[in-house]
Amino acid sequence: MFGIAVALLPAVSSSGVVLNTAIMMLYTALLGLAWNILAGFGGQFSFGHAVFFGTGAYAAAVLQAKLGWNAWATLPAALALGAAVGAFIGALSFRYGLRGSYFALVTLAFAELFRILANNVDFTGAGVGIMVKLDAGAENFQFSTKAGYLYVVLAFVLAALLVCWWLKNSRYGAWLQAVRDNEDSAKAVGVNVFRVKLGAIALSGALMAAGGVFYAQYFQYVDPGLAYGPGVSIEALLGPIIGGLGTLWGPVLGAVLLQLLGEGTRGLFENAPGLSLMVYGALLVLMVTFMPSGVLGAFRRR
Amino acid sequence: MMLQAEKLSVRFGGLAAVDEVSLAVPAGKIVALIGPNGAGKTTVFNLISGFIRPDQGRVLFDGRDITGISPHEACRLGMARTFQIVQPFGAQSVRENIAVGAHLRHRSRAEALRAAEAVAQRVGLAAQLGKLAANLTVAGRKRLELARALATQPKLLLLDEVLAGLNPREIDEVLPVIRGIRDGGVTVLMVEHVLRAVMNLSDEAWVLSNGRLIAHGTPREVTSDPAVVEAYLGQGTAARMKATYA
Repeated sequence: MFGIAVALLPAVSSSGVVLNTAIMMLYTALLGLAWNILAGFGGQFSFGHAVFFGTGAYAAAVLQAKLGWNAWATLPAALALGAAVGAFIGALSFRYGLRGSYFALVTLAFAELFRILANNVDFTGAGVGIMVKLDAGAENFQFSTKAGYLYVVLAFVLAALLVCWWLKNSRYGAWLQAVRDNEDSAKAVGVNVFRVKLGAIALSGALMAAGGVFYAQYFQYVDPGLAYGPGVSIEALLGPIIGGLGTLWGPVLGAVLLQLLGEGTRGLFENAPGLSLMVYGALLVLMVTFMPSGVLGAFRRR
Repeated sequence: MMLQAEKLSVRFGGLAAVDEVSLAVPAGKIVALIGPNGAGKTTVFNLISGFIRPDQGRVLFDGRDITGISPHEACRLGMARTFQIVQPFGAQSVRENIAVGAHLRHRSRAEALRAAEAVAQRVGLAAQLGKLAANLTVAGRKRLELARALATQPKLLLLDEVLAGLNPREIDEVLPVIRGIRDGGVTVLMVEHVLRAVMNLSDEAWVLSNGRLIAHGTPREVTSDPAVVEAYLGQGTAARMKATYA
């Protein structure tokens, strides 16, 4: 139903602003859904999800610009790379039992490491960044209207929602949530905690990489700060925290609220640069203070 | 023998927490492991179930050497344990908690949830299936620990003080549940402080003190053993009691 409603949007309004806002909402929701798999379902809080995002974005850009791949063909490659980077970081940190803030710091460190690497290596275009060649056409994952991008990002979001729905209704998901709630208990009832966490970070990394691919195609430009900077990591975690950790719709709701909030404060304080960000920040603090388990959590029965 | 420990030892820093403990649990019995506070009972459980790797010694489960395997592998082979300090998956319902255990043998979500309901019935949690685990009473949480372990369909169940913190009426309710588990073909090894329960339930008892085994026999035999009385009440007590009551 959500999908149909969004898909009908271009028929109602062809305004670039409206469609762009909707695209950014869905794009933020996608990042949030990806992050929520590891943090909301698995209890492993990452501060460096940009590492997967950037890997996806660079995979799309480099494979096209340097190796002449078709844009769509880069998508599976980017997903696989995102999963591989996730598995690598997960294997290192979960093998040694890193949890909580230590795990968060390691992910942050990896994102920074990748940013510095991308800044200094030739095939990523170093500090200059890398452009995706403009060649509009659905076969090239480039659209002359916003509606095209809207449909693609909507499809990504629906796929991510499907994955999360599966987590809510499957054995693997039950194990993952058990690991989140109590690792020792999970071990005692036969859950291979290490492998379950590894799967979660790979899955989360792959979805985050899909966000990166979309970014590269939509903005057609990637540089180290955009791809691997902390901004993306924060964008990914704010939505689920505001909307409701470990819930199906929390990240989507959070993304919508954040986007409205961002646009709203920007509109209200047009004449005082910077003030909008202060108000935005204050509102975030208030929301987290009064709804610590997110908007959905606050309205949860039980 | 369902379980055999051979000369298990582990040191924490300079302290020999468990020192050459050898014990055996015959199939189909309820066996108690008792001893004063700090004797090393929970550590023995941790060594057997794979949560701590022993410095020395072997663990044989159903004739197979499982020394040093990880807890989830031990569980897969049919050994389930509960924790002295209950550790529910607090954010999940009772049904979901038990289903996590049931998933070890059932891939399908629907089957695991069904199995969870059957297990809840066995331990008397059927009325609370929809409740959040975090909202259960202490007695309810103890039952939940039991249910979650049972749901993995173990051959051997290690119960770490499932009766601690319960009032006498609640204890009386749980005793037949544990007996029913044994009668259903599951061997039980229990660490227990409630002596009345040990006397009532167990076929055999091992007594641990300061990391060493000091007695083995029927519950009646070990509780009248002077060494056991002294371990609980202090050196010379047995002789004094004998003098007083003779």
